[in-house]
Amino acid sequence: MCLAIPVQVTELLPDDMAKVSLDGVTKVVSTALVEDLKVGDYVVLHVGYALSKIDPEEAARTLELFASAGEAA
Amino acid sequence: MSAQQPIRRKLDLKSGRVDLSHGAGGRAMGQLIEDIFHSAFDNDWLRAGNDQSAFEVGAGRMVMTTDGYVVSPLFFPGGDIGSLAVHGTINDIAMAGAKPLYLSASFIIEEGFALADLKRIADSMGRASRAAGVPVITGDTKVVERGKADGVFISTAGIGVTPPGIVLSSDAAKPGDVVLVSGTMGDHGVAVMSKRENLEFDVEILSDSAPLHELAAAIIAAGGAGVRVMRDPTRGGLAATLNELAHQSGVGFSLEEEAIPVRPEVAAACEFLGLDPLNVANEGKLVAIVAPDVADAVLAAMKADPLGARSAAIGKVVEDANRFVEMRTAFGGGRIVDWLAGEQLPRIC
Amino acid sequence: MKYVDEYRDGALAQTIAAAIRREADPAREYHFMEFCGGHTHAISRYGLEDLLPANVKMIHGPGCPVCVLPVARIDMAIACARRPEVTLCVYGDLMRVPGSGGMSLLKAKAEGADIRMVYSTLDALRIAEKQPEREVVFLAVGFETTTPPTALAIRAAGKKGLTNFSILCNHVLTPAAIQTILQSPDVRELGSVKIDGFIGPAHVSTVIGLQPYRFFAEEFEKPVVVAGFEPLDVAQAILMLVRQINEGRHEVENQYIRAVSEYGNEKAQAEVAEVFELRERFEWRGLGDVPYGALKLRAGYERFDAERRFDLAEKPAHDNPACECGAILRGVKKPRDCKLFGTLCTPDTPMGSCMVSPEGACSAHWTYGRFREAAKSALRAEVVALRPEEVA
Repeated sequence: MCLAIPVQVTELLPDDMAKVSLDGVTKVVSTALVEDLKVGDYVVLHVGYALSKIDPEEAARTLELFASAGEAA
Repeated sequence: MSAQQPIRRKLDLKSGRVDLSHGAGGRAMGQLIEDIFHSAFDNDWLRAGNDQSAFEVGAGRMVMTTDGYVVSPLFFPGGDIGSLAVHGTINDIAMAGAKPLYLSASFIIEEGFALADLKRIADSMGRASRAAGVPVITGDTKVVERGKADGVFISTAGIGVTPPGIVLSSDAAKPGDVVLVSGTMGDHGVAVMSKRENLEFDVEILSDSAPLHELAAAIIAAGGAGVRVMRDPTRGGLAATLNELAHQSGVGFSLEEEAIPVRPEVAAACEFLGLDPLNVANEGKLVAIVAPDVADAVLAAMKADPLGARSAAIGKVVEDANRFVEMRTAFGGGRIVDWLAGEQLPRIC
Repeated sequence: MKYVDEYRDGALAQTIAAAIRREADPAREYHFMEFCGGHTHAISRYGLEDLLPANVKMIHGPGCPVCVLPVARIDMAIACARRPEVTLCVYGDLMRVPGSGGMSLLKAKAEGADIRMVYSTLDALRIAEKQPEREVVFLAVGFETTTPPTALAIRAAGKKGLTNFSILCNHVLTPAAIQTILQSPDVRELGSVKIDGFIGPAHVSTVIGLQPYRFFAEEFEKPVVVAGFEPLDVAQAILMLVRQINEGRHEVENQYIRAVSEYGNEKAQAEVAEVFELRERFEWRGLGDVPYGALKLRAGYERFDAERRFDLAEKPAHDNPACECGAILRGVKKPRDCKLFGTLCTPDTPMGSCMVSPEGACSAHWTYGRFREAAKSALRAEVVALRPEEVA
């Protein structure tokens, strides 16, 4: 059961909840499993809970690795 | 001295509820019909107060359709069960290439249903009917005990006439034909499901519920005998419609995922819900399968219609003994577009 | 959609695919097992296998928790739901899984059982709060990704003092499953299932980190590449596995660097450890008894255990004898090898769980694999034409 989607935190709410958005589609979810969240952070969302933060630098590095896959290992 | 007339109390449209007397055939029912339905639909046929309505049958092949509407929730962004009923019935007629002429509407109402909601639905149907130019000329009302109907169920019938020489048929698609869609896929289903799943939107996703008879007429005018078949992809979405046609025509389809228009908000909502937009219902879109030599003309005519602004060619009909609907994914690989088994269950994983 | 669309880009797919084709040694075959049902689904939804050379083959592993749920546990859930006081909350994927006698949660619902599809344990908790007169039972299924939400729900129920909330626990563990596969006779001795490496699950790994895979990589000398969820992630992970094999390495590598760290989500792990402990044994469909492969509630949390609360016994139940889900889950057989596939067993009429879940190997094959077999398909010819070395 791994379906999870990357969403952006748009508002922090009391009781470890937050409003998150994927391209303007928003939902209120739990952030109890992730620490130090700020508005603007991206998280992996699974069955109504944020599971981990998405690191923007590593994300960018991954895209670079895709593009350079043609080059020698 | 003239007999006293009983004081006719107005229906309490604000806080009143439908009760069993409203379905019993007596004065209460007469009042309900007049105050809510006649006032909403407002035409001579209904005002005559008969159990049936008469009209002239002109030349040409008649077309008839019937539908039941049980959507939940009854009111959703972009429409309600009433407007949906009008549009859906008109569309079934229009997909045959016929001009819709008249509608009937029969209501099965649950005891306790709010009169305000019933009026809202009836008014919405009236507006949809007038905007489309297709009157509701006869109807029926029944009331059932609490718990025996989900608020209200609406059953309709529609009558239309096909212009001479137009014969569209589900078995007419031929290899080489072009597959056209009139706009973005998945809007209606997502609008309805999102309400159930507590998704909110920065830009609200509205149901695309709309009457397609004018768009259909424009397609016929542009493509003539080159228009093989039209169908509106409602329950089950584009995937169900194309799979049905594949079997009915004995062909396969080859689609390009990148060409299929989907609104970004709908795509995002589908990600949330674990759905594929191709399996999600539409209520204001059509698929047209046309001969290759008229495809450009038909597509241009579709784009010129306000309901077809995002029309696109999404693939072609191919020979295929397996009757597969194949698709080249945006990723570059291929897959089958299957029709979903049973009820759409939002995926978790 | 940010962090989604970029990872589905067709042009980049071609770049990676070209690299895989160049670097895969034509003198050998590569067999990789993807363990995560989400990966199985991504591979089939995007047609990823079309981009691979013929000598790089994917084996679908038992990473779909719906697929490995044995018939007996579905029967137990149905029995629980049939109790008039119970409201059973389930994730949508579970509704059509066949239990004994052709029954399913969907059919039980049609017969009047109060079964509700929920998106999250948060929804189940809300129902318990709003309807104190109902016994709300949550059917807890899933790997390590889905377990922390269940743990949190139980903690929240405790804090709120809810006395009408409990779970039917069917949470299972990834490393135990990988171990069972690697130690199975098919793999170890008979060689009927060749596995050269693993694509490690995406979101299980955000929770458990990379640590748990190091043992397998070393002990069994198989490389593991933890891959992100999107098709480009999977493609890149395949390239990384090919390179490891070519270079004789068997390491744990992380492709999903944007979300997975060495030690994972320690807070989530702590929440799970607080509420759950290992079951000594738990039967998995297809793999049989997997020692220490599943979880149960710890002492102190008995009141949340629906098995105890409702005295639910596990009655032995069997799959349809002709259903090959078990062998398919282990990678020993392919969907086509099952006599029921496509005839009695279809997505409309599933006989086994592999066909119900969109992540199951049979469902994936139905959607995707049949297309690959249709050699006369013009589209397939076009797609394959990009790869001149493939024999159509």
